[in-house]
Amino acid sequence: MPGKHHTAPRPPRRPIANKRSATTGPPTGMHRRRFLGYLIAAPTLAVGAKLTGDSLLSAEALPSPAPEVSEVYDLSDLLLDSTRPTANLITVVVNSDGTVSFTIPRAESGQGITTTAAMLIAEEMGIDVSDVTVDLADARPELLFNQQTQGSASVISIYTPVRVAAALARGRLVEAAATILGDEAENLRTTAGRVLSTGGSSIPFAELAAAAANEVTREAVTELKAVDEFEIIGKGQRRDDVVAAVTGRKKYTMDLDVPDALPTMIARPPTIKGTVESVNNLAQVRGMPGVTDVVEISTDAEPGRGTTSSAVAVRARTFGQCIDAVNALDITWGRGNVDGESDASILEQLRAADAPANLPSPGPVDEVGGRLPLVTEPVGDVLDGVGAVETIDQEFVFYWRSNAAMEPNVAIADVRDGEAEVWTPSQIPIVTQTQLAQVLDLPQSQVTVHVPRGGGAFGRRLFSDAALDAARVSKKVGKPVRLMWHRADECRAGRVHPMCISRVRATYSPTAGEVVSFEQRHTSVATDYTESFGDMITSQAAKLPFANELTLSQTVFLLTASVPYDLGAIALGYNEIFDFDRFATGSVRNLNNQDFRPAQELVVDQLAERLGEDRLEFRRDRVEDERAKAVLEAVRDQGGWGEDLPEGVAQGVVVHNEYKGSVAVLAEVDTRPATAEREIPGATTGPRVRKVTVAVDVGLPINPLGLKAQMEGGVMTGIAHVFTGSLHLRDGNFLEGSWDDYRYTRHWNAPPEIDVIVMPPSGDRPGGAGELAVGAATAAVACAYARAVGEMPTSFPIGHTKDVPFEVKDFVPPLPPSPTDGLEAYPAPSAAGPAFNPAS
Amino acid sequence: MPPRTLSVNGRQVTVDVEDDVRLLWVLRDLLKINGPKYGCGINVCKACTSHINGRAFNPCSVPVGRIRPTDEITTIEGLPDTVGADLHPMQEAWIDRDVPQCGYCQPGQIMAAVDLVRKVKAEGGSVTDDDIDEIRNMCACGTYARIREAIKQGAENM
Repeated sequence: MPGKHHTAPRPPRRPIANKRSATTGPPTGMHRRRFLGYLIAAPTLAVGAKLTGDSLLSAEALPSPAPEVSEVYDLSDLLLDSTRPTANLITVVVNSDGTVSFTIPRAESGQGITTTAAMLIAEEMGIDVSDVTVDLADARPELLFNQQTQGSASVISIYTPVRVAAALARGRLVEAAATILGDEAENLRTTAGRVLSTGGSSIPFAELAAAAANEVTREAVTELKAVDEFEIIGKGQRRDDVVAAVTGRKKYTMDLDVPDALPTMIARPPTIKGTVESVNNLAQVRGMPGVTDVVEISTDAEPGRGTTSSAVAVRARTFGQCIDAVNALDITWGRGNVDGESDASILEQLRAADAPANLPSPGPVDEVGGRLPLVTEPVGDVLDGVGAVETIDQEFVFYWRSNAAMEPNVAIADVRDGEAEVWTPSQIPIVTQTQLAQVLDLPQSQVTVHVPRGGGAFGRRLFSDAALDAARVSKKVGKPVRLMWHRADECRAGRVHPMCISRVRATYSPTAGEVVSFEQRHTSVATDYTESFGDMITSQAAKLPFANELTLSQTVFLLTASVPYDLGAIALGYNEIFDFDRFATGSVRNLNNQDFRPAQELVVDQLAERLGEDRLEFRRDRVEDERAKAVLEAVRDQGGWGEDLPEGVAQGVVVHNEYKGSVAVLAEVDTRPATAEREIPGATTGPRVRKVTVAVDVGLPINPLGLKAQMEGGVMTGIAHVFTGSLHLRDGNFLEGSWDDYRYTRHWNAPPEIDVIVMPPSGDRPGGAGELAVGAATAAVACAYARAVGEMPTSFPIGHTKDVPFEVKDFVPPLPPSPTDGLEAYPAPSAAGPAFNPAS
Repeated sequence: MPPRTLSVNGRQVTVDVEDDVRLLWVLRDLLKINGPKYGCGINVCKACTSHINGRAFNPCSVPVGRIRPTDEITTIEGLPDTVGADLHPMQEAWIDRDVPQCGYCQPGQIMAAVDLVRKVKAEGGSVTDDDIDEIRNMCACGTYARIREAIKQGAENM
């Protein structure tokens, strides 16, 4: 690439076959590798897995700091490397009834990891998936980093250890059977929970479990099935809890029967992280019907190191009586942490923030409004050989988003007699256990954390807020409590995706028909990574391909940010404002790419248009990854790219690589008045995504049915991100107080047509899926909308800066009272206003 | 407060509770009928959708004092009994399509779907995409596409 620009040209990319040779390969013809595991002393057969030096992702030669580290070493690598040392602590047990149990040190919040684990075990052992029971492990501190559920890393990290453990178990059963059957082990096979001899006799696992048990724990070697021998992996499998879920029998935390754990709710301050100065009517509220206790508690989210806040908790016979008592409290509140801050003041501070520190040679300070300086030359340069270079320079604004799941923050806690027992659907139970021990002043060994199945997580349960609340209340009142956040708390005291801006400067040569440079600078309110990636990154620092002086957030950014296209010289930068916990922030089913990629793809569309190229072919010509090319071609061919559409209807397409996978999303948006102005009381109508085609390559798909579900969910999240899913910050708190205020995708927004193509295996290992589609879907829908209306939106969601489309609920008292007209108000609630069109 | 008699899922139950406590909490906290879920408490998310005398409603917004002893409350747990089977056809369709992800909203989604199909059938029609568009039940996992297909499939067997 000729030219004079301040950015060092990116080193040439290595061909994909070389780059990924350590992680992927042809699905057939693999040589069998031997894996080491443990046979564990136990009454029935128990085996563990250990990963050896035959590492699947052994350290590649890592480059010096350069843009797009994520292409070489990404977040998935970090998460996998962090679990590797403890993988041998994961065990598979054959029970005396012949079934197989596995206690998985991960959260199951709908993503399907227990079903996937059962499939892996059934595959290796030659049994039915239904004979495998997968439960969730209590907090196990010895697992270190191997008990967290984040970064779409669960399947990536358990894939080999679980199969090794299952293969060892099968081997031991066969050995035990060989002795009894008087046959050679290699003549035996396993099927349907039995070991079969060539002569036709068989023994059920149930009769072998004890015989196969080990008296001492010892190392053992096993081989794994080859990819081309798989019978279960790769075939759609329904969720292990689908029947329980549709019959109401599935038990979430608040459904557990813990004696005397009475409902508990919290009166929270009117502004973010405020504090209680005094409670003025304690006796009166303690005397209300059903109320057993009212106590003030600390609500510090980061014990010992963050900002302080407090609140008042009410324990009562029913949650309804908690709500009434919370609202009856007369509390004098102190100031909050961000009083006076609003969307406008935050935007001002983001724009005024200094240049990122992690880029080479920052350019001269931008003369326009004191904004972030960009590195590449401004308009008007002439490059040797390509003539005049033109520039696209664009800022995008992304407002706050909530990561609230349908099941609110919940925990049951029983803190008595120097012990604590806590139930909470934590994504990080070991951290939860550590924090509980700290705030309760107990040894960690006296704190038990059970992990029930969660009703969604999306990053919210990477924080222990509800468990800490519940434990603090239980300790104070000396009784068990069943604590639930009210939905209003979820909006106003919950975790948010930080507001951020993304600035893009792209230069291109119309004469040469080429993009010359692409620079993207992301500036965000600080994201709180302390409980999720903090210690993990510190522990892996020696392996990370960049200097230690980067902030945690910059590290995470470099591990995730990507530009899948060859766009000339590429420079990326990340900067943030505020302390890590000024706002309670976190991920929202994805980290940076849900903003970073839409900003990027909207400019890529502009580049394609200015260079006179088809937007899909422009991308296809510039992706260097064969898998990315293939998924783009799949949506092009099966999604009807480029077909004639009426005015006001348009398509958008993007491709995205993350979590060792590649996904293309083709979205079609209808902005015609007949669609956009349809009336459903209280609904967000407006432009409708009417058709979505997704093609996804995760290397080796384990459960295509579950993988499709993850893609569908990611699309729904992306739709909300583009149109209406946001929180409005005004004077120190968010205006939204429930669903309907916070406008996540509903049935009336969901695309009537959605098609997910699961690409055939492109490797011998699975990638991650939970977050993969979010950034891509957000970007594709944004691009389609821009095309349909002929104007590129630059602020997201597009409805955010319109009038606030709901009546703001009171901050004092803090909870919206439950209506009384539920027998008359169905399906619309009594308070439903007119429909809201975010694009009008 | 005098003991109150309710008819829930075909059984008579007696409970001591103040009149103004919303039915959702009587079901969940006192009767331990946990199928109806809390999602908002103000009748906007519809996670608690159940049936009263065969029609959908949201117990989070009904004081228990408004329920008469003769009113028949049906939660997801009692839905199969309304067709005298182990599973209602709508539940069968949900399983067949592997609809749930986290599953938290699904009891409410199913109860809303059954109500919708009953309503359109009573009006002599069949369920359309426009009808499904008006279901308010919120799902944060984003299972809407499978719900849409499952409702159509379940309706065929109702």
